[in-house]
Amino acid sequence: MGKTIAEKIFDSHFVDNPSGDIHVIRLDAVFCHEITTPVAINDLVERGKDRVFDPDKIKAVIDHVTPAKDSKTAMQGKILRDWASRLNIKDFFDIGRNGVCHAIFPEKGFARPGYTIIMGDSHTCTHGAFGAFAAGVGTTDLEVGILKGVCAFHYPKTIKIVLNGKLPEGVYSKDVILHIIGKLGVNGATNKVIEFTGPVVDSMSMEERMTICNMAVEAGGTCGICYPDMTTVDYLWEFISDEYSSKESALEEFKKIHPDPDAEYDSIIEFDINELEPMVTFGYKPDQVKPVKEMSETKIDQVYIGSCTNGRIEDLRVAASVLKGRKINDSVRGIVSPATPKIFKEALKEGIIEIFTDSGFCVTNPTCGACLGMSNGVLAEGEACASTTNRNFNGRMGKGGMVHLMSPATAAESAITGYISNSDLYRIQEV
Amino acid sequence: MKNFNGPVLFLDRSDINTDEIIPAKYLTEISKEALKPYLLEDLKLEGFSPESDIEGKSIVITRGNFGCGSSREHAPWAFEVNGINLVIGESFARIFRQNMFNCGMMAVELPEKTIDHIFKNYSYKYTLIETNLKDNKFILKTDDLTEEFDFSISDYDRSLVEAGGWLEFADLHY
Repeated sequence: MGKTIAEKIFDSHFVDNPSGDIHVIRLDAVFCHEITTPVAINDLVERGKDRVFDPDKIKAVIDHVTPAKDSKTAMQGKILRDWASRLNIKDFFDIGRNGVCHAIFPEKGFARPGYTIIMGDSHTCTHGAFGAFAAGVGTTDLEVGILKGVCAFHYPKTIKIVLNGKLPEGVYSKDVILHIIGKLGVNGATNKVIEFTGPVVDSMSMEERMTICNMAVEAGGTCGICYPDMTTVDYLWEFISDEYSSKESALEEFKKIHPDPDAEYDSIIEFDINELEPMVTFGYKPDQVKPVKEMSETKIDQVYIGSCTNGRIEDLRVAASVLKGRKINDSVRGIVSPATPKIFKEALKEGIIEIFTDSGFCVTNPTCGACLGMSNGVLAEGEACASTTNRNFNGRMGKGGMVHLMSPATAAESAITGYISNSDLYRIQEV
Repeated sequence: MKNFNGPVLFLDRSDINTDEIIPAKYLTEISKEALKPYLLEDLKLEGFSPESDIEGKSIVITRGNFGCGSSREHAPWAFEVNGINLVIGESFARIFRQNMFNCGMMAVELPEKTIDHIFKNYSYKYTLIETNLKDNKFILKTDDLTEEFDFSISDYDRSLVEAGGWLEFADLHY
């Protein structure tokens, strides 16, 4: 019987089958940040096991609250920093070199086709865009991963999602994934891996694929996975060119993990994207999704462009193309957080940062901060935010605040009008 | 092994997420005990008050997709430091469920019909649960009603509970 991508990856990383369908697998990378790792570090120290299974396979970043906002967050950073130094973890990214984990780690080439990756962060599913099995875990799983380089999962069941057609102009990967979550529901993929495939995915950049895979967990999915192709090879080439004689040979190798034609799926769901409109969430759950035009009466107080979902250079380019030569509404606070220093520098070079500041946006350093209401843009009670992030739970960006999830184009236009609004990038092709 | 007996806290809603269980602003704490006062602080649920309803409870009974959202193990920890080691529901988000068993706690699924029955007959009364792990039974008791409900957990989940968690289990095996 044929295998899915996740099954192939599990079988090639098999360590043990303690019972039932539980597989303990070997890990290629353990990613760490300063919120969920310090408790694991302290516990390992307390148990007299202050060591790591392989310092080269551990990657760490301070990203959630940076610069530290108070003594507690300063201590979380210090615990991670001291640990990385003490245990010789060379890939540690501190302030000035740090960025949002699911943006900076792919940028450094740490996510590869066929890899197994865990992190104490639910949006770890992002890295599946590279054809990896990447899953968010809790601190105990992380702790065992750090110490022993293994993690236990149910042997994966997979939903195959086929995206047919072509993305209309002014409609983006964020709109696609919001639409999918709206159809699947917040637990429609619980305990399952989602393979994203079809012509729409084939024509997407790695950035767009990361946006889609990033939100697999909002439908309950363990990981979202795209099939590695030449786009994947091109993105990774600077990191892997030593290992392969040519891009074609790298692709040949990566294709081995593509699913078999007779792979068995939990279900196969097809979407036609040709008629898709820009989408936005309206409630406190990510599956509460409507077309933007049905939400145009909704007033907003803040616009946030950033995060592991939509803080990459392509996102900033789209937002800037909407904002260029225009001013944001007086009643709106605009905040943009380029997700990594590399993205920040590129945005500077392309004049994007100037467009943001000219339009009235505040440009912050790379950080997760506002997305989960920890720093850099917390909402007051009763306020609404147009946000390019991934989660609209009650209180997510601040107690009593409402979050509307949307694409960078929609967020930028909403900043101009003060209401949730479609950008001209979409209207142009409506005419 | 942890305690899985005691009074029940009923949370009659689906999709209760980890931000509602423990808001992100408390993730700056690096001790589990510090989370104690903030459990379910942001949960919006008619008739529920975290100040008066959590104290003294040992078990939660809830609906579907409990613990969706973030991977934060702070959610099980916030229950644990409040003396709650068992959550019974229709279904759970993957990471939350795994985190519970990884901590030697339990997240046990019962069929929708059984959960409906329990909410209908018990949720407005002071209810105690006795967990019989040997025979896989929950015994629910109020002043005037006692019923048994069968449950199942996998051998693997049981071995985590018996070992005290995944770290202890992994130490023995890997």
